[in-house]
Amino acid sequence: MPVKDYIRERFFPHIWCAGCGHGTVLNGLIRAVEKLGISKNDIVMVSGIGCSSRVSGYLDFHTLHTLHGRALAFAAGVKLGRPDLNVIVPMGDGDALAIGGNHFIHAARRNIDVTALIMNNRIYGMTGGQYSPLSGRGILATTAPFSNIDQSFDVVELATAAGATFVARATTYHVQETIEIIQEAILHKGFSVVEIMSQCPTYFGRKNRQGDAVAMLKRMREIVLPIGAKAKHGDPEIIERGIFVRKDRPEYCAEYDDIIRRAMKRK
Amino acid sequence: MKGTVRFVQGNEACVEGALYAGLKFFAGYPITPSTEIAEHLSLRLPEIGGKFIQMEDEIASMCAIIGASLTGCKVMTATSGPGFSLMQEALGYAIMTEIPCVIVNVQRGGPSTGIPTHVSQGDVNQARWGTHGDHSIVALTASNHQDVFAMTVEAFNISETYRTPVVLLLDEVVGHMRERLVIPEAGEIPIVERLKTSVREGVDYHPYLPREDGRLPMSDFGGVHRDNVTGLYHDMWGFPSDDPSVVHGLIRHLIDKIENQTNYLTRYKEVGVEDADCLLISYGSSARSARHVVENRRRRGERYGLLELQTLWPFPHELVRSKCANARYIIVVEMNTGQVCQTVRLAVDRPERVFLANRIDGEFITPTDIQGMLHLIQGKGL
Amino acid sequence: MAKETRKRKLKLHQINAEWCKGCGICVEFCPKGVLELNDLDKAVAVRLEECICCRLCELRCPDLAIVIEVEEVEAP
Repeated sequence: MPVKDYIRERFFPHIWCAGCGHGTVLNGLIRAVEKLGISKNDIVMVSGIGCSSRVSGYLDFHTLHTLHGRALAFAAGVKLGRPDLNVIVPMGDGDALAIGGNHFIHAARRNIDVTALIMNNRIYGMTGGQYSPLSGRGILATTAPFSNIDQSFDVVELATAAGATFVARATTYHVQETIEIIQEAILHKGFSVVEIMSQCPTYFGRKNRQGDAVAMLKRMREIVLPIGAKAKHGDPEIIERGIFVRKDRPEYCAEYDDIIRRAMKRK
Repeated sequence: MKGTVRFVQGNEACVEGALYAGLKFFAGYPITPSTEIAEHLSLRLPEIGGKFIQMEDEIASMCAIIGASLTGCKVMTATSGPGFSLMQEALGYAIMTEIPCVIVNVQRGGPSTGIPTHVSQGDVNQARWGTHGDHSIVALTASNHQDVFAMTVEAFNISETYRTPVVLLLDEVVGHMRERLVIPEAGEIPIVERLKTSVREGVDYHPYLPREDGRLPMSDFGGVHRDNVTGLYHDMWGFPSDDPSVVHGLIRHLIDKIENQTNYLTRYKEVGVEDADCLLISYGSSARSARHVVENRRRRGERYGLLELQTLWPFPHELVRSKCANARYIIVVEMNTGQVCQTVRLAVDRPERVFLANRIDGEFITPTDIQGMLHLIQGKGL
Repeated sequence: MAKETRKRKLKLHQINAEWCKGCGICVEFCPKGVLELNDLDKAVAVRLEECICCRLCELRCPDLAIVIEVEEVEAP
């Protein structure tokens, strides 16, 4: 089906700024769903609050635009209510790992079968450019005028440590790879995390003199390299992309169905 | 009433009521004095194919039940003061998105950590105004286990009928004490099922356009209508809108759909109100002691009456005003600093007749406590 | 072997000027320099004959403004 069948066309052009990476994530998400051939009735998209989370409004799925940081908690209820549905949870970096951090690590620990997409533009865009838990030391933001002293999470390590059974990092530059990773994440039975590095030229780019969308994407091309490159080049700047974790562990809803079988037999 | 007789805690009576009403999904977090509700449901729900989950906190619990409700099942969470405070934003979300759900608050001494194992009724106004912004809410309460059962079923029926969250205010005394409960046969109490849309696939469906009867048929996630649910002001299709007429229309709808139904939503009990010279108004576990005082006094021919409120919000102003019309003294008996008392003063004419008989030291208010205060109020000294 | 003899032929290269916000991503990263921004800052295919149907412009466009249709044809 063409892209037009997946979007709510009447809301276009969308609200994201010119060159915002989130539009490319929306683009890739549609391609992934189209390639998987999933019926639109079988997808529930649960998003939080922020630039990233407006993505749910643009997609012709069952869409739930929830509270800042709480998407994964809502998604747990949706998934337990209807385990047969594909639950996709797009969030921003602050949405997922600042206010939403507690729900993120617990969703990973439970290994509930939802696909968490962290659209990481290292800034709170909707509120005008404050730093987030993924901004990185030394950056400038409207709330870090003397430069940021906060160390960032490494989303891949955090998700892995918390128990996520599919962990990957992609970028808005490497679009074909991103589409494939999103497909794998959706297919994976268990908690899947895909951190998608996404450029915010309006706030992050301008405030940190990283130029426009094109310049930011070029930079992404230089420093985000396939897994293993970091060791090879030994350059701390390098960030690795690809699928870091893909393993099987009992999935939460399946385990609970087993409890129901045991409980009903007992009665 | 025919049925099975049990000797249970109030918390368990609430569980039985929820199961009777068709509860299928519960998310909660341990907190005294409501934990028993979660414990019982973790056992009983899977037995009937339902699901229980203990989330990482009360915020997640409230969010999870909203998510599950959207897949078509009846949902509930239970907590106490501190957890109820954490749930407020999501409660507001459920109000804005008109999602049926039941929130049980087994009240304990507050504020803050307070006295977790002691009783109070200090969350009444929080149930009304805990979440931000103008809105309306339904809050029910009960003073004994048969009523806890009945009010829990009512909570589900009201939440489904009006597509709204309903708060059930219990307290530590009712929650933990044991008492006789008769669980009625199935069908004895009518149950309101989830009203689902009959609009076929491909035909325009408006999740937020009320029908003539005011009802809002729902379409479950996974169904043929792929609509949007958002906490932003939204149009009849559920998509964000800040058009002033849409905003005004929605806030009016959210408030009026509850406030205009106040008479239908009012549940209460009464003893000797018609000829009462001294009328006690009470609710929850305090009403047990108030009832004791009134019944004793009436046996001695004294014109005492009790109006026990089971619906706190929307507050039944008309009912209270009419019931208090002839009383010389109106004494509100509650375990807080007068949260219902101040509302009763707004409801009645000649509010100087309204007095507060309360206890706020964490101990249960007894008939003797009430008796002492009555004497003072009536100028007879102790 | 069959793959080599088939060649992708561009059927349609459409740019929705209303949706395009002139970010220049498609222009910069098109391997064949097919696209440019016009004076209204809208992407335009100026050297369409160079297009190799890689679809990168379509996939990278943040505004979903580019639609490509490709035909698989037998190599001449």
